Amino acid sequence: MNILEVKDVVSGYGEVQILWGSTLSLQAGKVTCLVGGNGVGKTTLLRTTMGLIRPWQGSIHFEGQDVSRLPPYTKADLGLVLVPEGRQLFTDMSVVENLEMGASNKRARSKMKQNLERVYEMFPRLKERTGQKAGTMSGGEQQMLAVARGIMADPKVLMIDELSLGLAPVLVLALFESLRKLRDLGITILLVEQNVQMALAISDYGYVLSEGRIKMEGPSRQLIKDEHVRSTYLGL
Amino acid sequence: MTILLSVQGITKRFGGLQALTRITFDLPEGQILGLIGPNGAGKTTLFNAINGVFPPEEGRIIFRGKDVTRAKTYDMAHMGLARTHQIVRPLNELTVRENVMVGACFGREKHGLDKAGKIADDVLEFIGLNRGDQLAGSLNIAQKKRLEMARALAAQPYLLLLDEVLAGLNPSEVDGMIQTVLNIRKRGITIIMIEHLMKAVMGISDRIIVLDYGTQIAEGTPEEIVNHPKVIEAYLGDPRLAQKLMEGEE
Repeated sequence: MNILEVKDVVSGYGEVQILWGSTLSLQAGKVTCLVGGNGVGKTTLLRTTMGLIRPWQGSIHFEGQDVSRLPPYTKADLGLVLVPEGRQLFTDMSVVENLEMGASNKRARSKMKQNLERVYEMFPRLKERTGQKAGTMSGGEQQMLAVARGIMADPKVLMIDELSLGLAPVLVLALFESLRKLRDLGITILLVEQNVQMALAISDYGYVLSEGRIKMEGPSRQLIKDEHVRSTYLGL
Repeated sequence: MTILLSVQGITKRFGGLQALTRITFDLPEGQILGLIGPNGAGKTTLFNAINGVFPPEEGRIIFRGKDVTRAKTYDMAHMGLARTHQIVRPLNELTVRENVMVGACFGREKHGLDKAGKIADDVLEFIGLNRGDQLAGSLNIAQKKRLEMARALAAQPYLLLLDEVLAGLNPSEVDGMIQTVLNIRKRGITIIMIEHLMKAVMGISDRIIVLDYGTQIAEGTPEEIVNHPKVIEAYLGDPRLAQKLMEGEE
């Protein structure tokens, strides 16, 4: 079953068109990745899906319901949650306060205690640092917190924009491994990544975005071996 | 082969962040140098170091035989260096022609308004923007990108730094812009271009430098670059780490 279907979406900022008709769907319970070079429209596709940007054309269906025109907070209530690029933490607030902010929708509020236990189990480092100001933690810890805050919103679909950007390899590996735990909790994941190798290694299905269009798609284990992925990336 | 620009071991820090580490290259006159690398690699910072926005802490920059390491941006403009910005910066309340005249007035030669007007007309014709009397703020994005280039060209530079002039353009506009870049080179202007559109940068650069985390990980012809293991790793990620991740699953 496809929990999220993005169809022929066209969008951009002001007069700058970024997406030229992008289509992708997420199978429930799976990890799907969206990869592509700088500036091809990955973040724009996530922001449009979330409703931070209105699609100019095309449609977005979540659990069979047309959500194309719904604002982001309504989508979050329904269970579609975005971990934004660059973390966007409340840097002057503590770790636990940031986590509580994640649980602001009604459904999540009633499950706050349970979800808090979940994220502490997944990221013990955060439990050690509940009272610390978010802005004073390392880049990797802040990224953990950003993902954890997303989980606090009790998502059915969690979209993560750039999990690994700017992080040391050992942290990258640990964060990717934590995605498996999320999947095992039944959360469907859409991962946007510049690190194609890692994204394809962790995911079940992958899409390659180039110049605002989906250029390739397929099971990740096939894409990771496909020379065309590399050439799409390097522009040959 | 005359070396127009020589960048010798420049290093730039922002607080604790090492934004550029010992970047070194020589740029011969008349060439197009492509500058590529993942987000945050330091490409625009390198432009800012070369044209005097943020002088480097270490190393030297030699332009046309002169040490310009500490030169100010306006001095660099007089010496024959012009640039465009990734986010276009037109003077919205001036006309297109007036915007381009600004380049001529504060460029390599400090032209008076009459001469600047003539240069602006020439440049606008060359760049294919026949909207001189329109307010710059009323242009669409592709036209603004052309205006940004026209203003830089009106400064009559020896070296032109282009920061993502293709971003946000549709495919036919991209083709037009690539042709313009090639025409600029034909006029004898040396170019460094930061570009994410790989097909374009690979197609028109004589040489390419790849930055990653502020270091220069590769330099060479487009063919050498696309087959360079470090470049592939910088763009696609480390295959060994991915292997580890897959093994964890099994």
